[in-house]
Amino acid sequence: MTALPVLALLQAATPPQSLFVFLVATVLKMLILFTTYMVGVALLTLAERKISAWMQDRHGPNRVGKGWLQPAADGLKNIMKEETYPDAAYTPIFVLAPVLAFVPAMMTWAVIPWGAPWDSPWGTIDMAVAPLPVGFLYILAIGSVGVYGIVLAGWSSNNKYSLLGGLRSSAQMVSYEIAMGMATIPVLLLAGNVSLSQIVERQAGLGPLSWNIATCTIAWLVFLISAFAETNRLPFDLPEAESELVAGYHSEYSAMKFSMFFIAEYANMVTASALMSTLFFGGWDIPFTTWDNVAPHTALKTLLTTGLFFGKTLFWVFFYMWIRWTVPRFRYDQLMALGWKLLLPVMLGYIVVMGSAIIALQKAGFVPTSMAFSGALLGLNVVLVLVLLFVLDRGRIVSPAYSRLDPRHLSRLRAVAKVHRTAEAEVSP
Amino acid sequence: MAIGVKVLERPIAETSYLRATMKGMALTLKHMFQEPVTVQYPEEKWSLSPRWRGTHRMLTTEDGKAKCVACGLCPTVCPANCIKLVPGEDEKGNRYPLVFEIDEFRCIFCGYCQEVCPEEAIHVGRHYENSEYSRDGFVYDLERLTAQTHPVCEMWDPADPKGE
Repeated sequence: MTALPVLALLQAATPPQSLFVFLVATVLKMLILFTTYMVGVALLTLAERKISAWMQDRHGPNRVGKGWLQPAADGLKNIMKEETYPDAAYTPIFVLAPVLAFVPAMMTWAVIPWGAPWDSPWGTIDMAVAPLPVGFLYILAIGSVGVYGIVLAGWSSNNKYSLLGGLRSSAQMVSYEIAMGMATIPVLLLAGNVSLSQIVERQAGLGPLSWNIATCTIAWLVFLISAFAETNRLPFDLPEAESELVAGYHSEYSAMKFSMFFIAEYANMVTASALMSTLFFGGWDIPFTTWDNVAPHTALKTLLTTGLFFGKTLFWVFFYMWIRWTVPRFRYDQLMALGWKLLLPVMLGYIVVMGSAIIALQKAGFVPTSMAFSGALLGLNVVLVLVLLFVLDRGRIVSPAYSRLDPRHLSRLRAVAKVHRTAEAEVSP
Repeated sequence: MAIGVKVLERPIAETSYLRATMKGMALTLKHMFQEPVTVQYPEEKWSLSPRWRGTHRMLTTEDGKAKCVACGLCPTVCPANCIKLVPGEDEKGNRYPLVFEIDEFRCIFCGYCQEVCPEEAIHVGRHYENSEYSRDGFVYDLERLTAQTHPVCEMWDPADPKGE
């Protein structure tokens, strides 16, 4: 039995010039990323409140330091508050759950490349904490861990509402993880690799035409929907569903532990947005130019691409908020039906179509980086999106009476209702 | 199942979730760029209607005495029975109120007292910030009523006396 080349798989894509430089650079990258991330997440809580306010013709928080210090005030308040531990709760897991909810979102960032590599005087430095060649598999693995925080929070609270919230979230996240994983397969097919930097590289060159939004539009749509479900954001925030479950899995949490769930939600949102930018919007690639993709990799290029990457990420974060303040929450059976009966079959079919199309185009002699290749895929996607919008999305995707639309079912229901009405009329004359 | 469930036949051909969502998103985006309608309350205040009926005010004569002649019409007309009036008479035979108290908690702000007053002494005011630290503070005595300075209710619009 030959040994698997595990070390080679885990090794950084570009080997560091020296161990010392590698260590210092990695620690610095971690520090910078962590700080930016935490400050960013804090500011996003403010952004959410501001954006929701503007969408509802209000002002939003504008008192503490003109509103800018609101996150700091919230943080201070939550730290000063009393931590309550319910008598019936299982304390070790009760304490562990908020951490488990937050950490996976943070860990995912390790492999996301956020800028062009920099040829520093000490050697080339990749703009990702750990540019793993198996990057995407790592993301799928860590993403699955994210559900534990919520499930364990719901279970350890020993509260029926919390438990229901936790159960909902586990069912929801497991269901949509499948669709999410499927949605990335066309991207991986195109890149021929699971390394995130390779995926970004493939999308560079032709600008938005070679981005995966153009070549795998339906995959992007499914990924978007699944990402909403994965992060428990509206319209899929059933684990919280305050009208039914008080506050769902975090009903029993108070003070900073509650805040951790709040932070985790935003952290997940940022991570999902960054993933979406990387997989479907060219990552850090600056469109309409190849200037940023070729040597020499100067610090200026690194800064500009980093800025663009965070711009793209913030746009998707805004999109999340935009959707949240537009669309009402799904009913539970609608959520499940959407995930299993629609997204999964659509993705399975799409993978077959895309796989065939890619092979056919390659056999026909088109170079994968050429304009014709991407253009042909774009054309195919436009047709498929039109089919989706005008044929499939006819009250079948989400309907107020999804499970009752079958005419047979409908007539059976009517018959039952009729019998019931006559019985009622006989009882109460 | 189906205990009198109302089953509607939905027009499937016209339903589209994705397009409806996009429509909704266009609406929310439009509202993002509209001016907020919030009034920043402690700094900004709505201007009250001239017919606003708030807490009372007793108008005074030029020498600072209450205009009230203790005729007793306002406690009589008051449907909430919130006015306490004890009439007195000075050496010249002019009647004046010894005690004039309005319990603002009982008052229903109908404005009948102002309407009925022959001397135009008691008025309901254009005022709404009335918080106090104790319940006792809401029984306004004569001193308090004369000391109030807020504008008073017009009862009707002079330009439109019949309320048309």
